[in-house]
Amino acid sequence: MSDITDKDLIAESPLSEAWSVFRRSGLALFGLGLLIIIVLVSLLGPIFYTVDPFDIIWAPFTEPGVEAVVPLGTDQLGRDILAGLIYGGKATLLVGISAALITVIIGISVGAMAGFYGGLADNILMRVTEFFQVLPPLLFAMVLVTLFSPSLPIVAVAIGVVSWPATARLARAEFIRIRNLEYVNAARSIGSTNNRIIWRVILPNALPPLIVSSTLSIGIAILFEAGLSFLGLSDPNVMSWGLMIGSGREYILDAWWVVTLPGAMIFLTVLSVSLVGDGLNDAFNPKLRAR
Amino acid sequence: MSFLTAFIKRLAWSALLILAVLVLNFLLIHLAPGDPADVIAGEMGGATQEMLDDIRRSYGLDKPLYTQLWIYLSRAIQGDLGNSFFYNTPVLDLILGRMGPTLLLVITALLFALVIGTSLGVIASRKPNGSLSYVVTIVSIVGYAAPIFWTGLMLVILFASVIPIFPISGMYDIRLQGGALERALDVAHHLVLPAFTLGIVYLAQYSRLTRASMLEILGSDYIRTARAKGVSEFKIYSKHALRNAILPIVTIAGLQFGAVISGAVLVETVFSWPGLGTLAFESILARDYPTILGILFFSAVLVIVANMITDMVYRLVDPRVGVGK
Repeated sequence: MSDITDKDLIAESPLSEAWSVFRRSGLALFGLGLLIIIVLVSLLGPIFYTVDPFDIIWAPFTEPGVEAVVPLGTDQLGRDILAGLIYGGKATLLVGISAALITVIIGISVGAMAGFYGGLADNILMRVTEFFQVLPPLLFAMVLVTLFSPSLPIVAVAIGVVSWPATARLARAEFIRIRNLEYVNAARSIGSTNNRIIWRVILPNALPPLIVSSTLSIGIAILFEAGLSFLGLSDPNVMSWGLMIGSGREYILDAWWVVTLPGAMIFLTVLSVSLVGDGLNDAFNPKLRAR
Repeated sequence: MSFLTAFIKRLAWSALLILAVLVLNFLLIHLAPGDPADVIAGEMGGATQEMLDDIRRSYGLDKPLYTQLWIYLSRAIQGDLGNSFFYNTPVLDLILGRMGPTLLLVITALLFALVIGTSLGVIASRKPNGSLSYVVTIVSIVGYAAPIFWTGLMLVILFASVIPIFPISGMYDIRLQGGALERALDVAHHLVLPAFTLGIVYLAQYSRLTRASMLEILGSDYIRTARAKGVSEFKIYSKHALRNAILPIVTIAGLQFGAVISGAVLVETVFSWPGLGTLAFESILARDYPTILGILFFSAVLVIVANMITDMVYRLVDPRVGVGK
């Protein structure tokens, strides 16, 4: 029997406790590692690999593994696939993360107001949320991007505008659950303002499930961005994985690699994000882990 | 609240939602950069002066905004969603002509996902740590992360060259001669790959959800009671557990209709399925705004109707949601 040291008596902070659960899941760690690699390659890759992804550098339809200059082959125009994969990540990740940020900001604000104030405010806000939920998200985003312009900021805003309702519902449920707990009443009794209670007292306690859903919304936003660029609805002057698939799809029967490789990158990115999300979920809700 | 009152309330709310979608369309036309007449004509700067004047007159674009809204709404309610200048047909005709294939695709995909997904989930729940449980988990993670158009394209590569048993494009073979049965079989044959591509994402979700909710229910007291009474395992699964486990899944399936339509846009584009999705894709390439706005409106109506049906079915099936006698 080992001795009890004072180390065992010190309570772990919620964050380090969550991390110790997260650390134990192989899949979550694998996802985190994969995500870090993808982000690093997308950010630093262009410094080391300086081939312009739009430049025509070799014969069209060169197969992967045949020419050392273009290790992953070329597309229908003779552009370097490897360069596309390295440069294409930045736009995808940038749009994905900013769209997720917009989703989270709108979702939490609407959900917090509805859940905290209840009554008429809740009623109206939830009706607005329901309205946004009847619009098929991809179609709505397509309309927004077509009417305005196919630039990266517009694409990010469009994805954010169509994806916030789920986050709003989650935030609302959390706020309703927490708003009548003792410590909130205590804050109220010492005269804290509503604003302070919403953002400083309730929100920090509502964060765990919201962090998980935000992580997952990055994955969803990346899939959206890919779908829009596949349909030709993103900036044609910025290389992205979806754009590569969209422009190469007519040639798939002659050149499988042109669409397969960028698709695999999207798949791996979303996979890593969702594995991290699952890991966070287990870390924050140890009770649910059994499932 | 009786079923009838609930139904009427729901109907009124649905009508209000439909109206709100129309108002949104109107706002989008006016918020878009440029002249609304240009937006309606769908040819940025390319429409003739005569055409633009005609549009300005018929939509009352010189009148105050609320009059314009009124004109827009009353036209839309009479079924006039404008004209597609690209196809040179009323938008409504265009959309009605393409709605059948989309509904066929979406409903087939959802049914496939529901039936196979829940079955897999139930089988997996019998052995929570068995190999099928792992397969269900892996398929659901992969199904979530793979872009649906990419899955479709991978299937095209597979079925075009490696195992060419399913057609990879279109809805029917134009060379086919034959009766109604042959033609229906031909459509079904063409439907396999698109419906599978669209359905697999939801199949993955439903199997995972079914497995989770079956596991929860199988551990509950009333199942233990049923076991103690000596009810057969088959009856426990089929009658006691599945009925309860399946309710939330049917609800989710109904509420996901909008997402499924979104997925259908991409799947139709990949497989050249002649539905609303390919129409949306073509009209975006052609900057045909009346058509794309009409598609947004119509698909929102489909979602509203689907939600309403789900809600009503739920009320009928689940005794806890007050139906009243």
